[in-house]
This record gives sequence, structure tokens and C-alpha cells, in this order.
Amino acid sequence: MISRILAMVLRYLFIYKRSYIRIGELIFFPLMDLLVWGFVTMYLQQVTQSRVVLFMLGGIILWDVFFRAQQAVGMSVLQEMWVGNTLNLFVSPLRSYELIISTAIVGFIRALITATGLAICAYVLYSFNVFDLGFSLFPLFGLLLFFGWVVGLFTASLILRYGEAAESLAWIVPFLVQPFVAVFYPVSALPAGLQIFAFIFPCTHIFEGMRAVLLTNAVPVREMLIALSLSLAWMVVTGTCLAGTLRYVRRKGYLTTCARG
Amino acid sequence: MLFPVSVDNLVKRFEGVDAVQGVSFCASRGEILGLLGPNGAGKTTIIHMLLGLTSHDSGTISILGMGMPKHRYQILERVNFASAYVSLPGNLTIMESLQVYARLYNVRDPARRAREVMAELEVEINPKSLVGMLSAGQKTRLNLCKALLNRPEVIFLDEPTASLDPDVARKVRALLKKMRETYGTTVVYTSHYMHEVEELCDRVIFLARGKIVATGSPEEIRQRSNMKSLEDVFVSIARDGELRDLRQGGVE
Repeated sequence: MISRILAMVLRYLFIYKRSYIRIGELIFFPLMDLLVWGFVTMYLQQVTQSRVVLFMLGGIILWDVFFRAQQAVGMSVLQEMWVGNTLNLFVSPLRSYELIISTAIVGFIRALITATGLAICAYVLYSFNVFDLGFSLFPLFGLLLFFGWVVGLFTASLILRYGEAAESLAWIVPFLVQPFVAVFYPVSALPAGLQIFAFIFPCTHIFEGMRAVLLTNAVPVREMLIALSLSLAWMVVTGTCLAGTLRYVRRKGYLTTCARG
Repeated sequence: MLFPVSVDNLVKRFEGVDAVQGVSFCASRGEILGLLGPNGAGKTTIIHMLLGLTSHDSGTISILGMGMPKHRYQILERVNFASAYVSLPGNLTIMESLQVYARLYNVRDPARRAREVMAELEVEINPKSLVGMLSAGQKTRLNLCKALLNRPEVIFLDEPTASLDPDVARKVRALLKKMRETYGTTVVYTSHYMHEVEELCDRVIFLARGKIVATGSPEEIRQRSNMKSLEDVFVSIARDGELRDLRQGGVE
């Protein structure tokens, strides 16, 4: 099992060895977000004297942890389709859970690189120290990573089911939930009906927890426990969805073809 | 007797189309078995079902004494697959690709084994070349290298020589014969090159519209149908959907 997981981790990391563009991609778009929203919020802080800049910068960095984890797991199947390697993988002894673990490890590495780069830039440009989150930073990071993997599983199911036609869906899945999970503003800013919807996502509790730490320095244990419980529940749902999708695509013969509408 | 590959009454339907209709066959240890037939006959679907890529509606598949799909992963550790239409990751080098797959098959010393299979197949390409930069023929040979990494007991080949030049195709055929003689590897194989089938296969199964229409050694089938060549048999089946006994000999 270890050998196969290592094989797949190497398979994805080998790509970065030669590609400065791929390495740059880990930092470029998040950095652009950080620059644009960082300067916007710096301006807002000047005119409002609120702590909004902290919330925005914290939100940008932690959102990217979630996004990178989701992309690593979710896009792995698509990447294999692009290079015509899907069939070879599925006729190898690689178990589905081994593929998921290996992409999760790659997701962890990618998220760590992105978050570190953003944290350094945020400190240099805006004097925002992500370690102001204290010990809470690590469980918040871990919880976002975990939920990113869970959403990645759902994304992988979509790609397996719909093939390359689902490529755009794979990119937008995280942004479908972004407006509701209180990344840049508190849940209280949402209309009452949407607040109930927001609370079914672990991200909401994680970002609420982040703001609580920045405001009070208290470790948001309750928020973290709710986020963990919800992530586990979502994992059961998406895991079942992926298993069902694998059975379906095997029945339909879809594993042998990428293009299906 | 335990057959490395045993298929009984295999059935598969896709969206109302009978892709495979009650197909049964066995392959012995060290046998090279050809699955032949026109496009859409069901050859590739059968290979995909044998590999667990596509599930079957009914019937049984036993590979190395284990049922597919129940023992999918135990089976996949001991078999392998190559096709002219499937590629290794284009963004990895040859050596990286082979090492990744060697690890997937739990091969000891992946780098050494990768060099061994490249030597066996006389792949004289810089191992640091990107797979995506190789010619179609080179990619096909690399796929065959991948298929040999775990010294498979059964190897499934879907038109493995489709994009190879005659010289390399001949080398591949020689290697398959050597594998059979040295390791007793069972080969299940599809091809549209009938001269190759005649040279290589111990036994062939002709399929049409998902059904077996003829089975036997290439020579037996040719004689039984009273045709000049296996290619004539193929054309007859492709046109009629069955093997006709053309006493006049040959197909126009």
C-alpha cells in the first residue's frame, strides 16, 4: 500500500520538477487575490478603522488552503484524462483509497506551499502575521485541508461521471459554496434563510472560528468540533457518492473513455 | 485443469445494444489467444471486462483462479495490459513513468526493473525524454515496457502493434513468444493484422456482434472455411456477421 501511495505522490510531484509554470501557479493567482483584496481592505481600514483587514487577509490565506486541497484531489482524475493515462491507472492494483490518500498528500504539500507564500507576502505587505491566530492556526488549517479533500472527492465523482465535460465544474465547485461559507464576512451578514444553509458547511464554522480568534484570542473549540463533525458527515456522503459513481461508470463502461458529452 | 483465463456465458448490454452475448472461452498457461473480429464485435469490451474496467451483466470471469470483480486487485497485481490507444503520462519522463508504474505493481528496485524491460524490448530512447515527446510507435513500445514491469502471468494486449513499424512489430512478436516460452505467460490479444495473428496465435476466437462465430487455430479456421487466408475469413465475418463455408475459396 505504501509503495503505491508513494508512486502516486511521486507521479504528481515529478511534474513540478521541470515546470516553473506549475510551481508559479501555486502562488500566482493566490498572490493576485492577496494584492487586490489586501489593498482594498487596507483602504477600507483607513476609512473605517475596523478590523476588516485582518478578516480579509486571514480569509484569503485560509480559503486558498481549502481550494488547493480540493483541487489536488478533485483534479487528479481530470489530469489523468488529459494525458490519456486513466486506463493504465484503473488496470493497475492501485486501490481507490490509495489514489485518494496520495492526492490528499499532494494537496497538503500544495496548500502548505501556497499558504506559506501568502503568509510571507501578507506579513511583508500588510504587516499581517498569520501566527496571530496562535495555536488555533494549525487545527483551522487541518480542518480546511480535510474539508478540501472531501469536496475534492465530490469533484472527482463528477469528473468520473461526466468525463472531460465536467472540467469547468471541477474548477467552480469551491466557488459555488464560497458566498455562503463566510470566508470574508461573518455569517450574520447573510440573510436569515441563508444563514441556516451556511451552517451545514464546515468552512463556515472554520472561518467564524478564525474571526473569533482574531477578535478575542480565544481558541474556538466549539466551532472546530462542529466543523470536524460536519466534515466527517460530508465525507460519508461524498465517499458514498464516489463509490456509487465508480459502480455506475464501470457498469456503463465510462472508465474506458474520457469524452461523454 | 485450472485455466489462467476462464470466461463463462459473459453478457454485456450498453443502452439496449448487445455488446457481448453469452461468450465463453478459456486460455491455457502459455497460450497466445487472439480475439478477432470487425470493429464493434466486442473484443475490447471483453478485455475491459476481464480487467474489471467494465462490469459484466451476467456470466463469470475467472483470472488465475480468482473471480473478477470480487478479487479485482489481487488479479490486477498479477496481470498487465497494453494498448496502442492508451498512453503513459506525457508530462513525465520515460524513467519516471516506468518507476511510478513499477511502484504501483510493488516491483522491487523500480529503476533497475525499468532499465531491464527497456533492454528486453530494445527501447533505445533516452530515459530522460518526456513521454509526450515520443513518436506513436515509441509510446506503444513504452506501453509494452509498462506491461512487462510486474512479470505478468497474464497479459492483455489491445492492438499492441497498431502504430509500430514492421521491424519493431516483429520484435514485439518475438518478445511475446519469448515471454510465453520463458515464463509461461498467457497472452490475450486483439489485432487487425491477420498475418501477425497467424504467426503469433495458438488459437483465435472470431467474434461478430458480440457472439463467438468461430474458434480454433488460425490454420484450422482457414481450412474449415475453405478460404485462402485468415484475412479472407476476417472479411467474410465482417461482411456477413458469421463464418460462411465458402467452398469456392476466397472473398472478393
